[in-house]
Amino acid sequence: MELVCPAGSLNAFRAAVDNGADAVYIGFKDETNARHFEGLNFNNKAAARALALARERGVKLYIAINTYANFDNFGQWQYSVDQAAELGADAIIAADPAVLSYCSKRHPAQNLHLSVQASATNAGALNFFKRHFNIKRAVLPRVLSMKQVHSLSQSSPVALEVFAFGSLCVMAEGRCYLSSYLCGESPNTVGACSPAKYVQWQKNGAQLESRLNNILIDSYSPEEKAGYPTLCKGRFDSMGARGHSLEQPTSLNTLELIPALAGAGIKALKIEGRQRSPAYVAKVVDVWRQALDNYKRAPEDFAVHSLWRDSLTALSEGTQTTIGAYERAWQ
Amino acid sequence: MKMTLAPIPFFWPKDTVLAFYEEAALWPVERIVIGETICSKRREMRTEDWKDLALRLSKSGKDVALSSLALIESESEYNSIKSLALDGVGLEANDLGAAEIFHQQQHLFSAGHFLNIYNIECLKLLHQDGLRRWTLPVELGKKELEQFSSAINEHKLDIQTELFAHGYLPLALSARCFTARTLDKPKDRCEKICLDYPQGIAVDSQEGQRLFTVNGIQTLSGKLVDLVDKIAELKQLGLDSVRLSPSCFDMTDIIDSYQRAIDGEHVESVCDNYCNGYWHGREGMATELSELAALN
Repeated sequence: MELVCPAGSLNAFRAAVDNGADAVYIGFKDETNARHFEGLNFNNKAAARALALARERGVKLYIAINTYANFDNFGQWQYSVDQAAELGADAIIAADPAVLSYCSKRHPAQNLHLSVQASATNAGALNFFKRHFNIKRAVLPRVLSMKQVHSLSQSSPVALEVFAFGSLCVMAEGRCYLSSYLCGESPNTVGACSPAKYVQWQKNGAQLESRLNNILIDSYSPEEKAGYPTLCKGRFDSMGARGHSLEQPTSLNTLELIPALAGAGIKALKIEGRQRSPAYVAKVVDVWRQALDNYKRAPEDFAVHSLWRDSLTALSEGTQTTIGAYERAWQ
Repeated sequence: MKMTLAPIPFFWPKDTVLAFYEEAALWPVERIVIGETICSKRREMRTEDWKDLALRLSKSGKDVALSSLALIESESEYNSIKSLALDGVGLEANDLGAAEIFHQQQHLFSAGHFLNIYNIECLKLLHQDGLRRWTLPVELGKKELEQFSSAINEHKLDIQTELFAHGYLPLALSARCFTARTLDKPKDRCEKICLDYPQGIAVDSQEGQRLFTVNGIQTLSGKLVDLVDKIAELKQLGLDSVRLSPSCFDMTDIIDSYQRAIDGEHVESVCDNYCNGYWHGREGMATELSELAALN
């Protein structure tokens, strides 16, 4: 299985390549990608340097242009597609039929992957994108159980990539407007969820409060570790109880599913985290490289080393991990 | 301008559903879309029951469509959409997988409020596949509706547009059942607990601000959206139909308010604590009062 790793900067890109990524995905510095954060991503010059490094080391470069194009600025998405194609990206990762359509007509030889933001969870949706744009691979949303992934892999007209590690979206990607409901900007429209410009930290007595567009997302006592106020991971009141009504701060970790995913015919494993530091990328990619190499050497004897597990847990949100929707109990 | 009654988002007992639509047959709504769109475990009404109901409503003079699941996860859910077609009744897709099935079956179809159609290029593509009616994504507003209206005219697309004008906004879908989670039950042994919460479960901030409404695997808005005071603008924009999502058992007053607005009266929302931020290009939960309401 191919190990697909994130990079939000050239340094993160180097870290991914140095630690054993088979492919690295990046985005441009604008609203065309779903990690449109301040200080992150690549201009054309940095993307060209990333590509040179990728070629030198035999690593693939994918470019995510995976938000939904709006009327005002469709030219921006077309420009990004042209840049990625002219640069020679090994794949463009896109979600919007309009973007995929433009690319397949303008650059018919360009390899296309379907982004998780397209929310394709079934054979019909995958057929739609294959028939119209001849996509070669699709990234599955983090909503399917292992059994469902296995079954879809049998009927899918294209190769499948799944999320292996990183921040956990509890909602089906591309089908969540919670962020725009609270602050007017969402992953689909501007490529951001719970954007940093709406975040406020406030002291209230001994409590530390995190707010998003002035809405209280969480309140921490002095002994608690405060986390970024991603709105679906806040503590709210429901049915007379206070808690993480939707999801806790946690990361997805599927090390133990490597044999099952390989057995299901999954072609690639994706590490989430273009917003993460080069040091984070280096550590996560290193662990996953070791795990996949171990599996390849002796599939029958594969076991998750406690060192790998500890190392990934330490890097996780809220220092805890879950195998998420792959396991029915999480659902 | 017409009124479309969208599918019931909640899980109601069969008798309640049938009684609701017996009333609805008398309301001045031209179009009624029915079916289970949220969770395949909600089987008070089986596919055959929905089809019988569709035929009855159709006989009472309504334009009827059968809607489909918004999040298709298992093969059985996917296959169930293949047997939805019924003579004289429309089909509504809430996932591109359903749109693909209807296209392969050579049926014309409509799109509910769950498809990500953010630009005219995407709409044109789906129109080629048989889409004849669609709903603007709920996070878009007046500006985008204007842009779509003029682009649809410019491209001479034979397509009807609907706008989600009333109801709890469908904000997110998940593999996780939040109702079961709230009540500390595993999803696979949920005991159809959604039946006990016919208007979902409220989620508030720690300061008591209403944020969301949990409805099984769906997260709805905490506030109701209501655009009844925007009907004059919507008519001017040439909107074909306002989409009204059932928010309570008795929708009589709400339907009546829309009917009066469509007839030309200026009507203020009959809902408490409604929102309309998306329409104004703002955060969805914001409320901008009409000039008249602001004066009062």
